[in-house]
Amino acid sequence: MSGTFANFLIPLQIGARDMASPFMNMLSYWFFFIASIVMLSSLFVETGPFSGGWTAYPPLSALHDASPGSKTGMDLWIISMALFVVSSLLGGLNYITTILNMRTKGMSMTRLPLTIWALFFTAVLGVLSFPVLLSGLILLIFDRNFGTSFYLSDIYVNGVGALSNEGGSAILYQHLFWFLGHPEVYIILLPAMGMVSEIISVNSRKPIFGYMAMLGSLFAIAILAFLVWAHHMFVTGLNPFLGSVFVLLTLLIAIPSGIKVFNWLTTLWRGNIRFTPGMLFAIGFVSLFISGGLTGIWLGNAALDIYLHDSYFVVAHFHIVMGVASMFGMFAGVYHWFPKMYGRYLNNSLGYIHFWITLAGAYLIFWPMHYQGLAGMPRRYFDFSIWESFKQFAELNRFISTVAMIVFATQILFLINFFYSIFKGRKVTVLNPWESNTLEWTTPINPGHGNWPGEIPEVHRWPYDYGKDGHDFITQTTPVGEDESGTH
Amino acid sequence: MATTQIESNNKIHPYKMLLWVGFGSIVMMFAGLTSAYIVKKSQANWLEFDLPNLFWFSTLVILVSSFTIQMAVKKAKAGEMDQYRGFLSVTAILGITFIILQLRGFQALELQNVALTGVRSNSAGSFLLVIAGLHLLHLVGGVIAIAVISLKARAAKSSTNQVLSVELVASYWHFVDILWIYLFVFLNWVG
Repeated sequence: MSGTFANFLIPLQIGARDMASPFMNMLSYWFFFIASIVMLSSLFVETGPFSGGWTAYPPLSALHDASPGSKTGMDLWIISMALFVVSSLLGGLNYITTILNMRTKGMSMTRLPLTIWALFFTAVLGVLSFPVLLSGLILLIFDRNFGTSFYLSDIYVNGVGALSNEGGSAILYQHLFWFLGHPEVYIILLPAMGMVSEIISVNSRKPIFGYMAMLGSLFAIAILAFLVWAHHMFVTGLNPFLGSVFVLLTLLIAIPSGIKVFNWLTTLWRGNIRFTPGMLFAIGFVSLFISGGLTGIWLGNAALDIYLHDSYFVVAHFHIVMGVASMFGMFAGVYHWFPKMYGRYLNNSLGYIHFWITLAGAYLIFWPMHYQGLAGMPRRYFDFSIWESFKQFAELNRFISTVAMIVFATQILFLINFFYSIFKGRKVTVLNPWESNTLEWTTPINPGHGNWPGEIPEVHRWPYDYGKDGHDFITQTTPVGEDESGTH
Repeated sequence: MATTQIESNNKIHPYKMLLWVGFGSIVMMFAGLTSAYIVKKSQANWLEFDLPNLFWFSTLVILVSSFTIQMAVKKAKAGEMDQYRGFLSVTAILGITFIILQLRGFQALELQNVALTGVRSNSAGSFLLVIAGLHLLHLVGGVIAIAVISLKARAAKSSTNQVLSVELVASYWHFVDILWIYLFVFLNWVG
């Protein structure tokens, strides 16, 4: 999400002709492309793709003979991830530099749209956390191929006996992995938060409530993201004192998250709301962020997490807050900026159908999972039916699967809408269809290379002057009038 | 004006900023590795050994090379092309010397029965190999960058278009130098 929207929105919203280094941008794209090919190719090797879970914990990932999937599939997984890290880093460096260095005249940092701030913090998170994952993967490569003992110790392996490795710690990998793993949650979420802030303000016809508080909370979330990784490791035998520190730091995230939710709701409050599909998805994001965030407070407590760990409660929590909420942010962004992308609108009716089925479906899928998790149903089991305790959930599982298929079919409807509208959608006839203040709507409907045909416009104000002094909206390029009330 | 020409409104060139942000990224990779080193050291089965003297020589060499590349920047700015090329070549030679000394250092450890890889290895030695090895890879990148700008310098009559390139390469080179000093101090005394 960061890759697409950052490359698209950063130059347009800060007033730049291109990214700081288009060449690095191209490299980033191709590294990502090759990483995808390598990852997909692991589906077709004789021993299959890596089969030890998405976290690739050792010893399963460090031992060639642990499972068929630990052979070539695992090597391809590591190569693909390393390429992906390089791609993310190249992209992130470019986003940060472009935002800091390429803003148009008058575009001070506090006049940046919140989308850009969110993309900025996302890039900072990526640039500082991905290298730590890379270091963990390098140690994994050494253990797999060069007989080292970073993660492997003299454990007993069925059919092989005790390994000759000594003193390695599989938990060390978890520390390195989750030092990226937790910021990654925010790498996915923050762009959605930024876009939602923008879309809610535009479609409420009101200034965003608490711009500086929004910035502060983004900053706080970014800092805390680096300090909470061990809450994924409460059941690894972590020192209980250390665990309580991570509990405290984890629960602190509720404060900036609460500020953001409060500000979105107060922006909506008594607004002249336009329920476009983009706006609906933005509001849906807020709903899902609240629902998924609240269970985060449960899971952040070590005492509760030890009971709920690896249960369906966790599956429900992170799929709602990280998965579905982020997808809603992405859909909101696509519906809102589609006219800028292709000079045409997406079909609204299909958009409404897409929204309502997806929103209802998301809750119908994940709400019951909380109860299943509380009842102890574990994740990652191949077959629940052989367990007496979990047989009772067979009907509920069937219901969840049915809803999931309906929701999936609705996403196909969205894809049809997307591709159909690129070619046959209603044409955009005005420069600024949403009557928005930001710079991207000052470019031609179909901007050419370099974004603006003439000079890049100068910015005179922040992007959220909606409903001010009797004006519905005042674009960032409008000079401040002499008799204008307090300016930003 | 359909152009993608960089229109920076700040004094610092975007490429320099890119490089500086990139340093943060590299620092985090080594921070991850040295943190893992500390965690691992506090656990059982950690082999204690002294670094071979060769690493002291390599440290001296890389320190001198930082001076020579800074002189190359100075000469490029002054337009003294012959001396500019000369300092670039000296820096490249010192870089290659550093690479050789580091590799010999690894060999010396193996001769002291400190296995870096394989079934006899202890993670103390393996960490040294991975950390110093990754640093070495970064330095090889620097040598390649010097080689590229040296080739351009051979063809160029004036240094006008070279200043930015050599400044970028020099910043990177100093960074890799400081990084090694941090690692050297860490591996010798802190870790």
